[in-house]
Amino acid sequence: MTPGTTVPQSAGSRWDQPRGGHRQHSPAQPGQPGGLPRLFPASGAGPVDLRTHLSRFTALPYLGQPGQLIPVLKAAGLTGRGGAAFPVYRKLAAVAEAATRPVVIGNGAEGEPASDKDKSLLWISPHLVLDGLQLAAETVSSAAVGLYVHRNDRLQDQLRAAVAERAAAGLDRVPVEIIDAPPRFLAGEESALASRISGEPAMPRFKPPRVFERGVAGRPTLVHNVETLAHLALIARYGPDWFRGAGTADEPGSMLCTLHQADGRRDVVETQLGTPLRALVHLGPGTQAVLSGGYHGAWLPAADAGQLTLSNADLVPAGSFVGAGVLAALPADRCGIAETARVTRYLALESAGQCGPCFNGLPRIAAALDEVASPRPDPRAVTDMMRWAGLVEGRGACHHPDGTVRFVRSALQVFREEIRLHTQGRCADPARRPFLPLPAQTAMDAADWN
Amino acid sequence: MNGITQSTALWYASRATGVVSLLLLTGVVLLGMLVNRQGRLPGFPRFVVTGLHRNLSLLAVVFVAVHVLTAIADSYVSIQLIAIVIPFVSSYKPVWLGLGAVSLDLVLALIVTSLLRARMSRRMWRGLHWFSYAAWGSAVVHSLYSSTDLHHGLLLYTAIACWLAVAVAGCWRMAHAGREIPREGRAAATLELMSPGGGPRRGRREAPAARPPGADIR
Amino acid sequence: MRKELRVDPTACSGHGLCAELLPELITLDEWGYPIIAPGPVPRALDKHVRRAVTDCPVLALKLLPAASR
Repeated sequence: MTPGTTVPQSAGSRWDQPRGGHRQHSPAQPGQPGGLPRLFPASGAGPVDLRTHLSRFTALPYLGQPGQLIPVLKAAGLTGRGGAAFPVYRKLAAVAEAATRPVVIGNGAEGEPASDKDKSLLWISPHLVLDGLQLAAETVSSAAVGLYVHRNDRLQDQLRAAVAERAAAGLDRVPVEIIDAPPRFLAGEESALASRISGEPAMPRFKPPRVFERGVAGRPTLVHNVETLAHLALIARYGPDWFRGAGTADEPGSMLCTLHQADGRRDVVETQLGTPLRALVHLGPGTQAVLSGGYHGAWLPAADAGQLTLSNADLVPAGSFVGAGVLAALPADRCGIAETARVTRYLALESAGQCGPCFNGLPRIAAALDEVASPRPDPRAVTDMMRWAGLVEGRGACHHPDGTVRFVRSALQVFREEIRLHTQGRCADPARRPFLPLPAQTAMDAADWN
Repeated sequence: MNGITQSTALWYASRATGVVSLLLLTGVVLLGMLVNRQGRLPGFPRFVVTGLHRNLSLLAVVFVAVHVLTAIADSYVSIQLIAIVIPFVSSYKPVWLGLGAVSLDLVLALIVTSLLRARMSRRMWRGLHWFSYAAWGSAVVHSLYSSTDLHHGLLLYTAIACWLAVAVAGCWRMAHAGREIPREGRAAATLELMSPGGGPRRGRREAPAARPPGADIR
Repeated sequence: MRKELRVDPTACSGHGLCAELLPELITLDEWGYPIIAPGPVPRALDKHVRRAVTDCPVLALKLLPAASR
């Protein structure tokens, strides 16, 4: 394994787990096209500066006219890499149609604690993202561009320097503002992003209107995950057929994944969609389950995960989804319910507190999970939990309650045996050692949402 | 009817409708506080509180209109029409009547903004609605000094009852507002409610005490 | 095009008038927040729906074109 560079951690983001390196990974399957890595330099070296970027990729391929990129992206089949996997060309088309002073924002908030890919991408290949921003701005005729970045001083300073360098070189047609995102789980949600950039707390809004109709300062806003923008920048250079050289027919391309192995290693890798999960996450006897899709995703039993690939075609029928590419292996000697309870408690505390069903339901579900994670739990805990789960789904302004419920339901399924052990007073890990990464602090007051 | 009797009738009508207006305004303010605190009138459905608050405010405007027009029409003292809405321009008791005009202006503004509520931001509507206290307060001062009616007897007791009611209710309202948990603290407060002390429990815990679900956290 | 009744959960503070005025479509959950029957509003309930929407003390109820989520 080539040790890569680590994204510098600022004092503001403390993590429970040791951070691993970043390496490029091609699936060990002969005859696979794809030409990976695409987003990271092949050498595994550190941040790519502007000169290296220009020598590797040549100059930004402006198309000269708004809207030209849309059919190209449609042919390429690029979907959002922020988790929702929405077709990119449709978002661009919707905003281009609005034609009233649109805003373009690159979303690098990455509120998911288990995900590092956006931070890594911004640290190592910022110029790909910045290229993508300029191309998106040209496509929708926007003169207001911003990059919304996870709170990390070194990273943000590095990005400001990159933007300044490009401006000096006359590369960017629209100036890019680097905007700080508060370290909240919901900070990267589209409407929360729009609120934050409009000067309010980073809390989700009721839809309609969606941000592409009315977002930042009431203007039509195009929001794309930073990885999506990087792929966009490459598609503009190499074309849709090149992009489809990796991945599957229905889910083309490559994506960045954050892998958490059972031994505690944590890596960001670039891989093709359709890669078997067992090639990404080690699924030996030491692994009991795999979490796919992050903390709004779902648990999969290790045996099932061994048969599935990194694709929504496989994962959605299994109750999970690809999401932002988080895959975490749970060691066999841990308690899956205790881990789920820990994360659910975090998710509950990350509620914006705006919607009654969410701030009432999620904490109750978290408390019930805590009960189930303890020896000889109150038998009502599971029935209460299921009732509350049904009550909160679909009743928030955003998908926080839905995602949390999906995560919890999958745990109740996958860790059924563990629950049975608990009713007998036994547990795979009575010490409840933490495994999944969570920030040390959650929000304390209003300022934490700004 | 000769002029003097007509004038006396108008003057009495103005004073009477003035008292009723004050009572109605007091009721509207009290009901407004009740709506905000999600309180109920015992024995009535919840929509009655909101409905009564709105309807009484409209009724108050009617009574204020009669109060004002009879005062103008009455020839015993001369009050210009314009003094209804422009404060402090009347030749008769400009300050005290002026406060009445202030109150009327504010009440009209409150009603118009409430009718157009859907067209403004939530924060703007709420900010404007706080002027309801100013509307009531200037009506009170106007009522005290525009005539000596409220200085003795039953009308004095009525006035005092109005002031006390709003003062007490106002204190209750402010006390509750002080205890309200801001939205970013609600989930944590609920969690605290569910598992006091937070964190994984060790050992058995009693069934949670029965509390009105979510009552403290709105 | 029939409209759908939805609640803006960020505005709703659980007053509960809507459930009294429109029990055919709205019930309150165990925390006092409205659960609204999905789908287009039946024509027969139009008058009651409009009243519930205007009487909400925080204007959280909204009549929106169907499938506007």
